[in-house]
Amino acid sequence: MRSRAAPWSLLGLAVLLALPWLLPQLLPQGQAQFWTASILGRAIVFGIIAMSLTFLATYGGFVSLAQMMIAGIAGYTLAIFVEGAVPRVVGLLGYGAAIPLALLAATAMGILMGAISLRSRDIYLLMITLALGMGVFRFIETNIAWFNGYEGIRNVVGPSLFGLDFRNALVFYHAALGTAALLYFGILYLVKTPFGLVLQGIRDNPRRVAALGYAVGLHRIAAFGVAGFIAGCGGVLSTIYNIGISPGSIGLGATVNILIMSVIGGLGHPIGAFIGSLIFTVLDTFAATIYDRDRFNTLIGLAFLAIVLVSPDGAIGVGARLRRLLTAQPRPASRVCGEVRSRPPSTRTAKEEPP
Amino acid sequence: MDLAATILLNGLTLAALYFIVASGFSLIFGLMRVVNMAHGAMYLIAGYVGYAVFEPLYDRDVWYAWYVGLAAGVAFAAVFGALVQTLLLGWMQGQELRQALVTIGLSIIVADQLLATYGGTPRQFFAPDAIFGSTQVPGVGGYPTFRLVQIGVAVAVGLGLWLLLNRTKLGIMIRAGVDDRQMLGACGVNVPLVGVAVFALGAALAGLGGVIGATAQPLAQGADGRFLLISLVVVIVGGMGSVTGTALGAVLVGVAEQIGQAMFPTYSVILTFLIMVTVLALRPQGILGRA
Repeated sequence: MRSRAAPWSLLGLAVLLALPWLLPQLLPQGQAQFWTASILGRAIVFGIIAMSLTFLATYGGFVSLAQMMIAGIAGYTLAIFVEGAVPRVVGLLGYGAAIPLALLAATAMGILMGAISLRSRDIYLLMITLALGMGVFRFIETNIAWFNGYEGIRNVVGPSLFGLDFRNALVFYHAALGTAALLYFGILYLVKTPFGLVLQGIRDNPRRVAALGYAVGLHRIAAFGVAGFIAGCGGVLSTIYNIGISPGSIGLGATVNILIMSVIGGLGHPIGAFIGSLIFTVLDTFAATIYDRDRFNTLIGLAFLAIVLVSPDGAIGVGARLRRLLTAQPRPASRVCGEVRSRPPSTRTAKEEPP
Repeated sequence: MDLAATILLNGLTLAALYFIVASGFSLIFGLMRVVNMAHGAMYLIAGYVGYAVFEPLYDRDVWYAWYVGLAAGVAFAAVFGALVQTLLLGWMQGQELRQALVTIGLSIIVADQLLATYGGTPRQFFAPDAIFGSTQVPGVGGYPTFRLVQIGVAVAVGLGLWLLLNRTKLGIMIRAGVDDRQMLGACGVNVPLVGVAVFALGAALAGLGGVIGATAQPLAQGADGRFLLISLVVVIVGGMGSVTGTALGAVLVGVAEQIGQAMFPTYSVILTFLIMVTVLALRPQGILGRA
């Protein structure tokens, strides 16, 4: 299955890389630039953060709502330590040192979240990670000394890479796309390693994995650490994209937005995160034309509700269903039976909903 | 000494409001296993609808304006809750994550539509004369009467819930449903109907909190998120589905919040979360939760 999909993903990546040059052929110059910078660039950045949630949910069965906060930790670490940020909090490091530090902080935060929520599962985990994320948000919002409170930290302009300035939309787009691609293929590789297999074993049956002699807790914490690193990459990019960071960008709304992206795209495969973030960004941008600029939340809420009600496995699920419908391929019976037998009703999650 | 007593009393009055709201959340979770992420939206909707009923009556200066507003808000929330359960959540029983996602989508839409209808101006009820003004409290001095009433309401809610769950037929059904839904259904009880009743009751409690909370402090957009999170933290600390646990959690969180704000204002949130993390590390099911 995956080996069949690999050439397609490479082709998709190539198209995305060339897109800034392809788009002007199709659209007027101004619009093409707008699509690259404001829609695709943003979708990729948020997609990375959403992918950290999708990674945990798909391969570990952990729906963590702390991922936006973890991305924010990376963003704040960068803003606090990098030179030139306003107001200056520490401001001693260049981007070359501040970005790795930010990623380290996000990974550490991910590990911490994994350790705190170690003994909770399913819906409890969702509640606890949401509460933890919001706790950090409230702390950041009220703390002036380190995080400059409500205003946040501005003027994080981003580095110059080999003489290329990050403020150039094209440079940013390719840097974000490159990061996203590396992380995406990294995840696909990681889940085939022994670590990834144990993780999927934990998702399906933690007790059996523990009985086989694996340290379930350590694997869980490590998975949260990996997700923290991914979210951190997204957080660094989004901070540079927004030229700074403020508490609003990690609040409840932002947290829920990341969840919406993951679910709309589908919690079945990492690519779902990017599909979801693209749909989200497009809806966000064109809400004014579709319904009413100020009522974007109603629009996205309805879209989200419709997806959850109709196709719990998101856009990916819609695609799979259409494919099955078109090819009139009978559902593999053994798989359905296996699912029904092995699934106690209380642990059913949206992504396991039978098609 | 005065200061300590005031902080403690502030903490308890805050805890009373937290308990009223969180008890509904805990009740719904206890029986239905539904994490009602729209609980804050129900708080908000009751506050706004109650205010819309309250305002014209208050302008006409009738004494019962606040009581009618309260009843309207609570009733609207209850009907809303019953509708949510009947139309959306009832047919996906057992799919916990999907139900949580549905309520998240719902809360986004509700909050946005409330913003569209009522705008962003904060609103505040005026308490009726009987419970307005201040009362002398030994050791504290003059203290807002309404905040003391808040404690009274919370105690009444707690007692009422305890009586309902332990002394009535509906309570027996609810408790049996918590333990074994299928067996309860096999005994001839209409479990979905019990579910709708529980959801309406839980939403009504959120609504009660909404009107009470909007009398004690202004109601504005964003209160939904705040009270959803408080409900989460309170039931995580106290234990899911336990009335006593919810009360304990509310007192811990409310008092800790007030102590934190008095002693180290910019770090006060940390105290709440230290409590939560400690509880999670030692008793993941909450202080009084069942494993």
